[in-house]
Amino acid sequence: MPFDTLPARPGLGLKPQHYAQILANKPDLGFFEVHAENYMGEGGPPHRYLAAICENYPLSLHGVGLSIGGEAPLDRDHLKRLRALVERYQPASFSEHLAWSSHDEGYLNDLLPVPYTPQTLDRVVSHVDEVQQVLGRRMLLENPSTYVLFEESTIEEVDFLAAIADRTGCGLLLDVNNVMVSAVNHRLDPVAYIDRFPVHHVGEIHLAGYDETTDDAGERLLIDAHGSRVRPDVFERYRHTIIRTGALPTLIEWDNNVPAFDVLMDEVRLVGEVLDGTLNRRLAS
Amino acid sequence: MTSQSPFTRALTDPAQPVPAGLVSPRGTADSKRFAVYRNNVHVSLVGALAARFPVTRQLVGEEFFTGMARLYVAQTKPKGPVLIHYGDSFPDFVAQFPPASGLPYLPDLARLEAAWTEAYNAADAIALAPADLSTIAGDALASLDLTLAPSTRLVRSGFPVGTLWSAHQTTPVSIPALSGSECVLLTRPQAHVRLTIIPPAACAFLEAIGQGRTLGQAAEAVLTVFPDFDPGAALVGLAGLGAFTTLTKELADV
Amino acid sequence: MNRLTTFALAASLTAALGGTAIAQDAMGGDAMAATEKCYGVALAGANDCAAGPGTTCAGTSTIDYQGNAWKAVPAGTCETMMIEGDRMGSLEPLDRDLPMAS
Repeated sequence: MPFDTLPARPGLGLKPQHYAQILANKPDLGFFEVHAENYMGEGGPPHRYLAAICENYPLSLHGVGLSIGGEAPLDRDHLKRLRALVERYQPASFSEHLAWSSHDEGYLNDLLPVPYTPQTLDRVVSHVDEVQQVLGRRMLLENPSTYVLFEESTIEEVDFLAAIADRTGCGLLLDVNNVMVSAVNHRLDPVAYIDRFPVHHVGEIHLAGYDETTDDAGERLLIDAHGSRVRPDVFERYRHTIIRTGALPTLIEWDNNVPAFDVLMDEVRLVGEVLDGTLNRRLAS
Repeated sequence: MTSQSPFTRALTDPAQPVPAGLVSPRGTADSKRFAVYRNNVHVSLVGALAARFPVTRQLVGEEFFTGMARLYVAQTKPKGPVLIHYGDSFPDFVAQFPPASGLPYLPDLARLEAAWTEAYNAADAIALAPADLSTIAGDALASLDLTLAPSTRLVRSGFPVGTLWSAHQTTPVSIPALSGSECVLLTRPQAHVRLTIIPPAACAFLEAIGQGRTLGQAAEAVLTVFPDFDPGAALVGLAGLGAFTTLTKELADV
Repeated sequence: MNRLTTFALAASLTAALGGTAIAQDAMGGDAMAATEKCYGVALAGANDCAAGPGTTCAGTSTIDYQGNAWKAVPAGTCETMMIEGDRMGSLEPLDRDLPMAS
């Protein structure tokens, strides 16, 4: 029986190296999230495991390859594959990125940045409309982490996302690590970004660890690496976010150098404390 | 307006400068910032190949594999967003790659690995059990069309690539003295991809069945080349490995 | 269809099925974890939404294996391998009898 909503609890990205442990131990968790494209083979072990895990946990299906910010029309075949996956697993949530990855040369396998202009807004809106129509459900769109700015951009990212949500009825996925990465990279204030974010549209939060390097001028450049614990400054912004939004489903993403499952559960515990804190504050007030 | 075409060209051609209109907060073009995107594309796609061709990688070592994979990535981008299919043409690339020419078995080993992931991701199907064959009347048997299971793959090589692959499934890798050609059958009975080196006659038999020949036609064709071929034993053996799907209604029509 | 083949086929199948050789459980010998037995070995998926490690190095220089940039030689397990020399490159299948379900 499918779970139809993500609970306002911590969730984890599902990694194949942890499948067996999860099925054996049934850890106490709000939900699991998978990258849709990794389950687009026709059969075999990935589907067996996912089906078994979905019997016990709500599923968040997170697309990484739809290229919603692309100039080209959406890939109809890929939309069909997504629809088939949505029908097969009835996930509690489907989300994708404000980014592009497909061009004439093929699929570039990265979440590439989109300039924010009235024209690109119209295009993204029509793509989100199309996704929601084909899937027959509301989707969440995630704020990106970016490393460059477009001179031509005339709309702030928060306003761009708010306009998409208003015009399409889609929800938003607020990635607090992405907020931090982009804010540092573009000399913006992450707290101001969060405070302006249209929180009533937010259906899920993402957290992850970033890496750090420098740009040509030796300035700090954060990389959305998903290969470590959530950094303390991101956690602080997360706490700030949750005070503003109330408890929301919150995912820990850890995709590179995936650690032992216990380490992930330790991150889950920390997120749980933030979410419980909100609950306690609300009960007390 | 900054189109995605110049972005894509600069992304895939490191000789190009940062596309016009892309800036740092200082308002200047910044090569290290743009390089993050170039790096992401390369590292993730090289990683996808490393995941699909682990034994090829072990055979040539990390440095050689990464160099070879980077060249492939530079000239071959995924056709679509589902990366389980990425690298279908990698074995052909390896075959044409001069620095790997001293390892003539390497392209076939890579072909075997590509086939392995196809078997792993193929559609689920109920396999024909050997005992199911006993329900077929003797004279219906010869005109029977068996269907290969979606996960069934055959890789023929002039080199012992099945043995070589198997030797790399344990740590430390202990490689026996190797010789000869092999016909490698991949099946996925239950949940596991299973690799079996099968005799040439059984291999020809399975190929003929896969080409749509009836059991009788397939057996006859193989017997002309291998007079000692025992089709019944081969059929039971192959069915036991999960090579065929269960009998459909065609049988009822026989 | 040749009658003889039809007969031979049926007879050889009957003999094979009647023997103890039925590969009823070809998986029986696998010493896998209980869960893997039910669900199969799990491979990592390659689709991801994270940035690659190494941050800015790969994909930034032109690579040319014919030029100086390509100096690597194969240096993995291939170094410890011996394949009989006279058969290298041969695509003719040799008549080897390996067990069906080893």
